[in-house]
Amino acid sequence: MIDQSIIALLLLVNLRMFATSRVDSLVRCVAAQAFLLVCLAVVTHEGSLSWEAWTFLSVTGLVKCAALPALMTRALRSAGIRREVEPLVGYRVSLFIGLAATGFSVWAAEKLPMPAGAADPLVVAVALISMITGIFLIVARRKAISQAIGYLAMENGIYVLAPALAVHGPLIVETGVLLDVFVGVFIMGVIILHIRQEFRHIDIDRLSELKD
Amino acid sequence: MMLRILFLAPFAAGLASLGISSPRVRRRLITIVSFFHLACTLIVWRTGFEPSAGRWIGLDALSMLFLLITSVLFASSSFATVAYLRGHELPVESRGRFSREAVFTCAMLFFLGTTTLAILSLHTGVFWMAIEATTLASAPLISYQRSSRSLEATWKYLLICSVGIAIALVGNTALAVSVAFDPATYGLPMTFRDLAERAVSLNPVWLKVAFALILVGYGTKMGLAPMHTWLPDAHSEAPSPVSALLSGALLNCAFLGILRTNAILVRAGIGGYSNGLLAAFGALSMLLAGWFVLRQADFKRLLAYSSIEHMGILAIAAGAGASFGGLLHALNHSLTKGALFLLAGTILGAYHTKSTRAVSGLIRISPATGLLWIAGFLAICGVPPFGTFVSEFSVMAVLGRGGRWWLLAAFLSALGIVFVGMWRIVIPMAFGRPSDPAVCVPRSRPIEAADVPPLALCCMVLLFGIWLPSPIARLIEHASAIAGGL
Repeated sequence: MIDQSIIALLLLVNLRMFATSRVDSLVRCVAAQAFLLVCLAVVTHEGSLSWEAWTFLSVTGLVKCAALPALMTRALRSAGIRREVEPLVGYRVSLFIGLAATGFSVWAAEKLPMPAGAADPLVVAVALISMITGIFLIVARRKAISQAIGYLAMENGIYVLAPALAVHGPLIVETGVLLDVFVGVFIMGVIILHIRQEFRHIDIDRLSELKD
Repeated sequence: MMLRILFLAPFAAGLASLGISSPRVRRRLITIVSFFHLACTLIVWRTGFEPSAGRWIGLDALSMLFLLITSVLFASSSFATVAYLRGHELPVESRGRFSREAVFTCAMLFFLGTTTLAILSLHTGVFWMAIEATTLASAPLISYQRSSRSLEATWKYLLICSVGIAIALVGNTALAVSVAFDPATYGLPMTFRDLAERAVSLNPVWLKVAFALILVGYGTKMGLAPMHTWLPDAHSEAPSPVSALLSGALLNCAFLGILRTNAILVRAGIGGYSNGLLAAFGALSMLLAGWFVLRQADFKRLLAYSSIEHMGILAIAAGAGASFGGLLHALNHSLTKGALFLLAGTILGAYHTKSTRAVSGLIRISPATGLLWIAGFLAICGVPPFGTFVSEFSVMAVLGRGGRWWLLAAFLSALGIVFVGMWRIVIPMAFGRPSDPAVCVPRSRPIEAADVPPLALCCMVLLFGIWLPSPIARLIEHASAIAGGL
C-alpha cells in the first residue's frame, strides 16, 4: 500500500519535471524525487535492514535531497535565472513525451524476465521513468543547470533500479558511486559558474564555437 | 602492497600539492610522482603478478599492459606539463583558497591515481567508480585556460561522458541481474574473472542487455562513433600534454572495460552478438573519422579524429578476435599519439595557432620538431617500418582469414581516406615556405628539450615495428588470451 502511493507520487513528480518551466521548481522536484526513491528503496527491501544499510540510506538521502539541491539553488541564485523561457522542446509536447515514456517504461518492465526476489515490475518501471526524465531534460533543455538536474534525475533512477532488481552491491562500491555523483554535480556547478562569468549566460545551445 | 602504493601515491601527492605554495616545488612534484609511478610499474612487472580469484584490485597480464602504457605516457608527458605551466603563468587571484595552478596539479595527480585504479580494478563496480572518477579528475585539466572555447569543451566532456558512464552503470546492474537466475551463480562476487569463469550459467538475455549498455556507456568514454562528439572538442581545447594523456591513456582505460565484458560474453557462448556489435561500432568510427579528417583545418582536431579512427581499429580487432594485433595496436597507438600531441604542443607554442593553414615551413624553422612531426604521422598512418604497420597488418590478416571481406573493405578504405586527408595537411605544414606573408614566423631553433620525449616515444614505436622485445611479446600474448576469453 505504502509502496503503491510512493510510486504514484513519483509518477507525478516526474511528469512535473517534464512540464515545469521554472528552474527552481525543477530543483525542488529532483530533491523530492530523490527522497521518494530512497523511501521506495526502504519499503521494497526484503527483511530488516542492517545498521550499515540504514546509515548508507540516510547519507544518500542527505546528499541527494539536501546537499546537492542546496548547491544547485546557490548556483541558480548566482546565475540569476528563474525560468527556462524557450526550451528546445515546448512544454506541452514535453508533457506528452513524458506520458509516452511512462507507458513505455511500464510495458518494458512487464516484458523483461525478472530474477527471483525482484520487486513489483512497477518499481522497475518507475526507475526507468526517472532515468528517461533525466535524459530528456539533458537533451531538450538549453540551460546548463537544467542539464545538470537531468543528470541527477538520471542517477536517481539508476540508484533505485538496483534494489528493484534485487541487486545489492557491496557497500564500499555503492559509497564510491554516491561520491562520484556528488563530486560530479559539484564540478558541474563550478563549471556553470565559470561559464556564467565568461559568457554572461548559461544557454548551452548558444555555445557553438567548436564544431566541424 | 605494491599495487596500493601505485594508486594511492598519486592521490596522496595530489592532496599534498594543494598545500605547497611554491610553484617550482609543485611542478617538480608532477615529474617526480610520474617517474616514481613508472619505477613501481616496472618493479611490479619484474616481480611477477597473478591475481587470486575474488580479488577486487589486482593485476593480470591485460592490466599490466595497460598500466605500462599509461605509466610511460605520464612520465614522458610530465616534462611538457611542467613546461606548459611555466609558460602559462597566471596572475594570482585574490579570491579562492587555492591557486588555479595548484588545482591543476592536484587534478593531474588525481587523474594518474584514478586511471591506475581503473586499470587495476577487477571488480565491475570498482571499475565503474574509477572510470567516472577519471572523468571528474580530468575535467579541471581541460578547462584550465577558462577561455570560452575550453569551457564549452569541458561542459560537453563532463556532461556527455557522465551520462555515458551512467548508462554503463545500468549495464553493471544488468550484469548483476544475470547472475541471479541460476542457484549455482547466485551471490557470485561481481569480478570480471568470476563472471567469465561461470559465464555459461548466466542468463543470456540479461547478459546481452548488459553488454549493449556497457558498450554504449564505456564506448562514449572511449570515443566510438556516434558517441564521440565530445572527443574532438576536449582534445583540441585541453593543454597539449593533457590531450596526450586523454588520447593515449584514458581512451584505452574505457576500452579495457569493454574488452573484459566481451570476454564474459565469449565465454558464455554468445560472443557472436558482442563481436558483431563491436565490429559495427568500430567500422562506423573508422569511416566517420576518415570523413572528418578530410575536411579538417585544425591540427589538434585532426589528431583527435585520428584517435577516433584508432579506437575503431581496436574495436574491430576485439570484434574479429584479433586480440594480439589489437592490443599491440593499443600500445603503438598510445605511444605515437602521445608523441604527436606533445609535438602539437610545441608547434602551438611556436606559431600560436592551431590552424593548419597558418603553419608552414616547420622543417626549416625547427628541423627536429618538423622531422618528428613527419615521423609521427608516418607512424600513425601505419607506414612500415613502424610498429603500427605490424599491428594493423595483423588485424587485417585475421579479418582476411575469417573471410570478413566487407569489414576488411571498410577498414582499408578508412585507412586510405585518413592517409590522404592527413598528408594533404601535413606536407604543407612541414615543407611549405615560411616566408608566406600570412604566416607569423617564429625564430628558428634547431632542437630543444621539448623534442626529446616525443623522440623517445617515436623510437619505441619504430623499435616495435622492427623487433618486438620478447618480454613485451609474451605480455601481449598473455593479455590477448584473457581478452579473448580463453
